[in-house]
Amino acid sequence: MSKPRLWRFNGGLKLDARTAPAATQPIATVPVPARLILPLSQHVGQPADPVVAVGERVLKGQPIARPSGYIAAKVHASSSGTVVEICDHPVPHPSGLSAPCVVIETDGRDEPWDGYEPLPAFGELSATDLRARVRAAGVVGLGGAAFPTAVKLGAGSGLKMLILNGAECEPYICCDEMLLRERPGEVLAGAQVLLQALEIGRCCIAIEDDKPLALQALVDAIRAAGETRIEVVSVPAVYPEGGERQLIKVLTGEEVPARGVPPDIGYLCQNVGTAAAVGRAVLRGEPLISRIVTVTGEGVVQPRNLEVRLGTPVAELVRACGGYTDRAAHLLMGGAMMGFPLSDDSLPVIKGMNCIVVASRDEIRPRTAAMPCIRCGECAEACPAQLLPQQLYWHARAGELDRLDEYHLFDCIECGCCDVACPSQLPLTQYFRYAKTELWARDRDRTRSDLARERFEARRDRIESEQEARRRRLEEKAKAVDQTRGDEHARKAMIDAALERVQARRERNEPDEPR
Amino acid sequence: MRFEPTAPPHVRPATSVTRVMGEVLLALVPATIAWTWFFGPGILYNMAIAVAVALACEAGALALRGRPVGPQLLDLSAVVTAVLLAFCLPPLTPWWITATGAAFAILFAKQLYGGLGYNPFNPAMAGYVVLLISFPEPMTRWLPPLGESLGLAAASLDPWQTLRFTLTGLLPDGLSWDALSGATPLDDLRTQLSMARTVEEVRAGPLYGSFGARGWEWTANWIALGGLYLLWRKIIRWQIPVAVVLGVCVPAALFWLIDPGAHPPPTFHLFSGATLLCAFFIATDPVSAATSRSGRLVYGFGIGLLIFVIRSWGGYPDGVAFAVLLMNMAVPAIDHFTRPRTYGHAG
Repeated sequence: MSKPRLWRFNGGLKLDARTAPAATQPIATVPVPARLILPLSQHVGQPADPVVAVGERVLKGQPIARPSGYIAAKVHASSSGTVVEICDHPVPHPSGLSAPCVVIETDGRDEPWDGYEPLPAFGELSATDLRARVRAAGVVGLGGAAFPTAVKLGAGSGLKMLILNGAECEPYICCDEMLLRERPGEVLAGAQVLLQALEIGRCCIAIEDDKPLALQALVDAIRAAGETRIEVVSVPAVYPEGGERQLIKVLTGEEVPARGVPPDIGYLCQNVGTAAAVGRAVLRGEPLISRIVTVTGEGVVQPRNLEVRLGTPVAELVRACGGYTDRAAHLLMGGAMMGFPLSDDSLPVIKGMNCIVVASRDEIRPRTAAMPCIRCGECAEACPAQLLPQQLYWHARAGELDRLDEYHLFDCIECGCCDVACPSQLPLTQYFRYAKTELWARDRDRTRSDLARERFEARRDRIESEQEARRRRLEEKAKAVDQTRGDEHARKAMIDAALERVQARRERNEPDEPR
Repeated sequence: MRFEPTAPPHVRPATSVTRVMGEVLLALVPATIAWTWFFGPGILYNMAIAVAVALACEAGALALRGRPVGPQLLDLSAVVTAVLLAFCLPPLTPWWITATGAAFAILFAKQLYGGLGYNPFNPAMAGYVVLLISFPEPMTRWLPPLGESLGLAAASLDPWQTLRFTLTGLLPDGLSWDALSGATPLDDLRTQLSMARTVEEVRAGPLYGSFGARGWEWTANWIALGGLYLLWRKIIRWQIPVAVVLGVCVPAALFWLIDPGAHPPPTFHLFSGATLLCAFFIATDPVSAATSRSGRLVYGFGIGLLIFVIRSWGGYPDGVAFAVLLMNMAVPAIDHFTRPRTYGHAG
C-alpha cells in the first residue's frame, strides 16, 4: 500500500458505520430454499426474455432468460429444480410493484450445469472474448446500481485506470468489507481479469480507512501474488464516498462531466464485489447466481453477512440470522441513507441487493415536524454534488420547474446528506425525488404534445397542399376553357371531340365517365 | 410479517432550530456576565423585558396568522432576537423603549414578512434602528464602565435604583444624568477628534484601555469567546466573522497608517462598539445573511466596510445596525452572483 495524494469532495457526512454487529461474524451460507423467485429485470436496462417454459427442469447455473437488448443481462437458475411459474410477482423495488419472474421449485440436489468452461488462462484471451464471458455470466454491478458489467467494459478505450470501489460508506452495509476480508484472492483475480478485458495496466482499489482488516487482507493477497499493476489506497471514511463520482474526485482530483460517464475522463469504476463475480465467471465458469448480503439491524437476532442464492426470499435470510427480535419494525433494502423500505419479507434477493436492514423504532425514529427553512446553508455545506439544496427546496415547493433545472436538480444523487444536515428537519431528498418525477412527467408530456402538434401540423399541411393542388388544377382547366371560348372553331372542334368520345363509349357499351 | 414504510434517508438530523438558537444564547452568557460586571444589571432587565415582549408578540402574531404557536415559540428565535436587541441598548433604558424595539423587531421585521425564515432584514437590527431614530437622546445615554469605581462618573446606580429607572424612567432624587452617564468610547473619540485633538491624545484619557476602551474591550473578548464556541459547535461558519473583521480592519489599518493622528488603529475598531458582536452574532443570523461560501465573504466584508465608513464619516458613532440592514438588502443579489459550481459542471 502506498500513500498517494488524495483530494476531497465537497461536504459529505461522517456517519456512524453501524457495521460492527454483522462484521464480527464470518460469512455464512443460506441453504437452498424450496422456491426461488427470479425477476427477469434485476439490472438497469430492458428486462430479459425467458428461454425456459413452465414445467421444464433446470440445473444450477443454467440460463433461464436472455438479454433482450444491448443494455440487459442474462438470468440463470440459482439451483436445480423445475420451473413452476412465469408470472408477475412482487419484486424489491422502490415502487413496490410486481414484475415478471421465473419461479423455480427446487429439488434440493443443487445439480450444476456445465455450459461455461473455466478459463484459467485468461491472459491469452482477447478483450472481446472476456467481455462475452462476462455478458454470458449475467454479471451486473453489485454495488447496488446493477448496471450490466459487459456494457460498461465496452464503454471506453484508452482508459488511464481501473478503479475498484471498496469504499462501502453507507451505514449498516459491510458485504464488500467481508468479501475483502475473507476472499481477497477473488477480488484480486477479478481485478486481473478486468485489466486484461480493458487492455490497461493500472488498477487502484480504494478502501475506506475504517476497514483496516479488509485493507490488510487485500494488501497481503496482492503481495503474495507479486502483482505490481494494482495498488490499494486507503481513503478517509466519509459518506457518500462510495459514490462513483465522489470516489473518482477523491482519487484523482478530476470530476466526471455532469452528463458524462467516468470513461469520458479515462476512468472505469467497478465495485469490488463485481470484480470478484467477474473473476469467478472467467476463472471458474460460474455465472452470477449468488451474492453476499449483509443482514443486520436490531430486528434480527444475529446480524451477519450471508452468501445467498439469487431468488431466495428475504425471510430465509432472516431465518439464517436466527429470526426476528421483537423490536423488528422496519425492513429496508440497502443502507440507512439510500435504502428503501420493503413491504414484506417474501420478496426475493436480486443481483443489486447488498443489504437488508431490519430496524427497530429506535434505529429509525419518526421524523419530527418540519420547521421553516432558516437558510443556514448547512445543506449546501453537506452536498457532495455542490448543489444548493435550500434553493432547490424553495423552487420545488413553489413548483418552479424551470428554475429547478437551472439549479441542476438532475445532478442530485439523492444521497440524503442535506436531510441529515438540516436543523429544520426538512425532508429535502423527498422533495427532490418528487420534483424529479414532476420534471420527467413534464418532459414526457412535452414530448407527447410536441409529437401530437407535429402530426397535426403535418396533416394540416397535407390537406392544404392537396386543396392547393386541386384549386390549381381547376384554375388551369378553367383557363383552358376561357382560352378556347374566344375561338369558335376551336370550341366546335372541342364539342365535336367530346361528342365523338361519348359516341365511341356508347358503342362499346361503357358507363358514363364518373364525375 | 408486515413492516412500516419509511422514506430514505433513515438517519435523523442531530440538530434542530431550537438547538441552534439555544447554543447562540449559551454563547452569549459570558458576555452578559461581563456586561453586567462593567455596566451594572441594566442589561438583565432590558433582556427580560425584550424577551417577554418578543415572545408575546410572536405568540400573538402566530395566533392571528393561524399558525401553530407552540413549536415556533419553542424554537427560541424570538428570544435570540430580543437578547441581541438588549445587547445594543444602553444599560439604563426605560421599559417602553425596549418594548417598542422588541415589538417592532418581531411584528414588523419578522412576522409581517412571514415569520421565521422569511425575514429579509435582521429583526434585532431593524428594531434597534427604529429606536435609534425615534429616541435619539435616551439611546445615546451610556454609562461608563464600572462608573464610580474608575472615577469615570460621579455616581452610579445600585441594582434596585436601576430597576426603578427601567420601570419608571425616573432617576433617584438629587441625581442628574450628568453625574451618571458618559459617552461611549466611539462617541467620545468622534467628538474629540472633531475638536482637533489627535487619536493619541484622546486615547490617553481614562476611558480607554489597551486595545479599545476599558470595559468594552473586555466584553468584546467574552463575545469573541462565545463566537469561537459557536464556530467550534459548527453553529456558524468562519466566513462571515472573518470577513466582517477584515472589512473593518483592512480600511482602518490603511487610514491609520496614512494618518495615525486622525484615525484610530484597527484594534480600536475591533474592540470597541459592537464590531465583534456583529461579526459573531448579528451578521451570522442565517435567515438574513448570504448563504454560499463566497457570498458570505462578500456579505461580511461589505458589513465591515460599511461599519468603518459610518464610524469614520457617517452621522452615527457606531454603524453596525445600518451596515447589517444595508447588506441584508444586497443578499438576494449576492446569492445570485455567488452560486457555487455544481460538481461536473464547467465553472
